[in-house]
Amino acid sequence: MRHQNATAYRFLAPYLLIFAIFWVWPIIDSFMISFQATRTVPWRFAPGFNWGRLIGDPAFFNALKNTLLILVIQVPVMISLAIVMAVLLNSPLLKARGLFRFAFFAPVVVGEVAYSAVFRLMFNLNFGIINKLLNSVGLPSVDWFSNVTPAMAVIMIAVTWRWAGYNAIILLAGLQSIPEDVYEAATLDRVSKLKQFFYITLPLLKPIILFCAVLSIIGTMQLFTEPFLITERGGPGGGTETLGLLLYRQGFRSLNFGYASAIAYTMAGLAIAISLVQIWLTREPK
Amino acid sequence: MSSHPPARRSHSRARLGRSIALHLFLTPLALIWLFPLWMMAVFSTMPDNGIFSPGIEMLPHGNFLANFNNLQRDTNFVGAIGISVSVAVTYTFLSVLLTSMAGWALARYQFFGKGMVVAIILGTITLPYAVVLIPQFIMVARDFKLANTWVALIVPPLFNSLGVLFMRQSFSMMPGDLFDAARVEGVKEWRIFLFVALPLARPMLAALAIILFLASWNNYLWPLLINSRPGSMTAPVALGTLIGLTKVSWGGIMAGAVLLTAPMLVVFVLLQRHFVAGIAAGAIK
Repeated sequence: MRHQNATAYRFLAPYLLIFAIFWVWPIIDSFMISFQATRTVPWRFAPGFNWGRLIGDPAFFNALKNTLLILVIQVPVMISLAIVMAVLLNSPLLKARGLFRFAFFAPVVVGEVAYSAVFRLMFNLNFGIINKLLNSVGLPSVDWFSNVTPAMAVIMIAVTWRWAGYNAIILLAGLQSIPEDVYEAATLDRVSKLKQFFYITLPLLKPIILFCAVLSIIGTMQLFTEPFLITERGGPGGGTETLGLLLYRQGFRSLNFGYASAIAYTMAGLAIAISLVQIWLTREPK
Repeated sequence: MSSHPPARRSHSRARLGRSIALHLFLTPLALIWLFPLWMMAVFSTMPDNGIFSPGIEMLPHGNFLANFNNLQRDTNFVGAIGISVSVAVTYTFLSVLLTSMAGWALARYQFFGKGMVVAIILGTITLPYAVVLIPQFIMVARDFKLANTWVALIVPPLFNSLGVLFMRQSFSMMPGDLFDAARVEGVKEWRIFLFVALPLARPMLAALAIILFLASWNNYLWPLLINSRPGSMTAPVALGTLIGLTKVSWGGIMAGAVLLTAPMLVVFVLLQRHFVAGIAAGAIK
């Protein structure tokens, strides 16, 4: 086929222009900024300044630890829940399907600020509905926001509530693309529903599950609004501080752009590692 | 043959059992999932001394308007909503245009560097936004001096990767004969795009537009950083400034949360098919 360079690039130009200005240049720029001391005017080149600080900074390791902890607990729980939701919503036995879909998918449209406000109020120590319900069945109140473990739990519950349905939508679309006759053949061979799930559904869904997992990991890795608003700037005492929050604090409260860029590139490094794992897991078997 | 009817009966009994188990599991889960939204609605109708009282209240009261007035006293929420709506509408229009133009080029033309453009777009899906955030801020606020303007809210987020891939796929599934027929007639390429391809892509454009509108409407971090002056804040940012203040009306905050959420829920219910299509295609996170 004849090349149509001029026509194609005319259509691509505005998009690529935005991409070049607001993505390509910043990616290069933040790499360079991470090697500069940015608290002096003018900035000066000091390669070890931010990176040296990073590897010796307890605040960074605290944020990294918290972020990874949320990742390894919240993402698998949420993805498993999303798979269960998708499989059950796809069941031909389900009645009132529209209502169930609404219940699980509605959080997708709720903004981070709105839902953070609600969760903060629901988990309030003295007047929150969660503690009132715990008390009404004879359980003691939990001081959700003054202790690290329950505060982390609230963050994970909130994120799971917000994003499980989103992943279920993607997984449901994947389920609906599995041809019906695969299951019919298995049913004729008297393969139980549970075995069908583990030996047909899960392997066929694997690429989509991995896609959801990678998107979720990269989203959770940058977690900012929930610890910012629900647990009051990463409280108690930095117990829910995440990399996203540390970057905000360093970059936009202390205006230390160099150090914040080093934190950002650490996140990028983690993201690249995770993407490579995904590519390795979805490679075509030889 | 005689064994058939009992077998079928036990089969249908197993089916019934499975159906009951399914609903017994899914109903409580659905109620738990609806609970925060329900409580948001309830809180928004309760006076502050009702929210902070020892009793369990789970039914709506009639205090929404008073709460809304408190919210308006704490921050100019109506003004912020005005900014949010204008920005989201403009952003959606521009982004749909840019995204579908790029998707069209990638789907329908052979050109030098195509493989690389696609590879780079794919690569950005897994790149954390944090990497571009600081230079974007420095550039927009300090170099372009555009902090606290609409341009700052609308232009930098115009780049999206999954939307372009979604539109590329939509355009490449269309029959090529149609466009070739127009070319034979001597119709220019941009007219083919505008008057043949775009009308055909209407359902996909609707899905894309909804997802982009939602992303702009709910966007928090970038507007928080770049438009922090009170008169230029979007509605989520304005609402966020109240969370954590000691002397603030929580009924008012909840009224604001409802005003941000309810319109989107209505759109979601009315256009669920497009919503789901947009997200299922991974249109935007």
